Amino acid sequence: MFLPYIKVGDWLIITLSTGLVIYLTLTLWTGELADKAVIRSGGKVFREVPLSHDQTIAVPGPLGISIIAIEHRRARIASDPSPRQYCVRQGWLQQAGEIAICLPNQVSVELVGSHKRYDSLNY
Amino acid sequence: MQESGVRSQESEACTQDTGEQNSESRILNPESRIPNPKPFILLQTTDEDHHVARMAAVALGLTLLEGAIPSPLPGVKPGLANIVTLIVLVRYGWRTAVWVSLLRVFAGSLLFGNFLTPGFFLSLSGALISLLMLSFARHLPQRWFGPVSHSILAAFAHISGQMTVVYFWLIPNAGLAYLLPVFAAAALVFGILNGIIAARFLKDN
Repeated sequence: MFLPYIKVGDWLIITLSTGLVIYLTLTLWTGELADKAVIRSGGKVFREVPLSHDQTIAVPGPLGISIIAIEHRRARIASDPSPRQYCVRQGWLQQAGEIAICLPNQVSVELVGSHKRYDSLNY
Repeated sequence: MQESGVRSQESEACTQDTGEQNSESRILNPESRIPNPKPFILLQTTDEDHHVARMAAVALGLTLLEGAIPSPLPGVKPGLANIVTLIVLVRYGWRTAVWVSLLRVFAGSLLFGNFLTPGFFLSLSGALISLLMLSFARHLPQRWFGPVSHSILAAFAHISGQMTVVYFWLIPNAGLAYLLPVFAAAALVFGILNGIIAARFLKDN
């Protein structure tokens, strides 16, 4: 019924664009982009927040309060009472699997995608 | 498409000799309470203009119809009005297609009350880049490539134009990439469907 209206070149365009759609889906939907941030304090999950809206979260730890900022689907530790400020200097986290840990204050932020990927520490 | 003259939509030709006695006498109604009515502001139109207007009206009707269809995601629309653009492109050429498409965007935005809002600029950017794509696509050899090809290419051009505007103007957020596969899949499906419908109309008549 539809077939007489589709010419040979049209099939070529259909095939190419189907390929493009599949490529886009595979590259953009494989969980490479992080969906949410898991915030831990003292080894326990403090909160899980989606990255979809911007916010700042105050997390209490043994040394004081760490401030975690979420902005444009990225997350970072904006301020922390730890002496060496390693986790603050780590900057923005964007990809699933990235993590910033403030050991002295026992606060960490980990980005996770739609499914958790294995890394060299955990398999 | 004739090149001569300014189009009626923008020219206010002052003519008395269009020979429409009825309308003239109606305007010159002595009972009228409007002081000094001007009966001579009439637009000089050609058949070409009427044709463009008629096609744009059909496209507008399809846009309205489409507004009644619920959409799972804002922005995912079948774009039925583009069937008209595709038919006009093959039958009357690219310039007429530009007229019909842009008239539809402007008149449609007035009709829906979103003139100069972000929604309007999204429609406009999508229409402009689709027309640009069609200006290239129509030179594909007609033996192998029909309205289905035009439709798919224009649909992809449409979403890429809109996504560019959304990203650089409205929502500069990387999360937009998440929606891209949905929009691309919709462009593919509706592009094929609209193309087939347009091809069918072109073949039947």
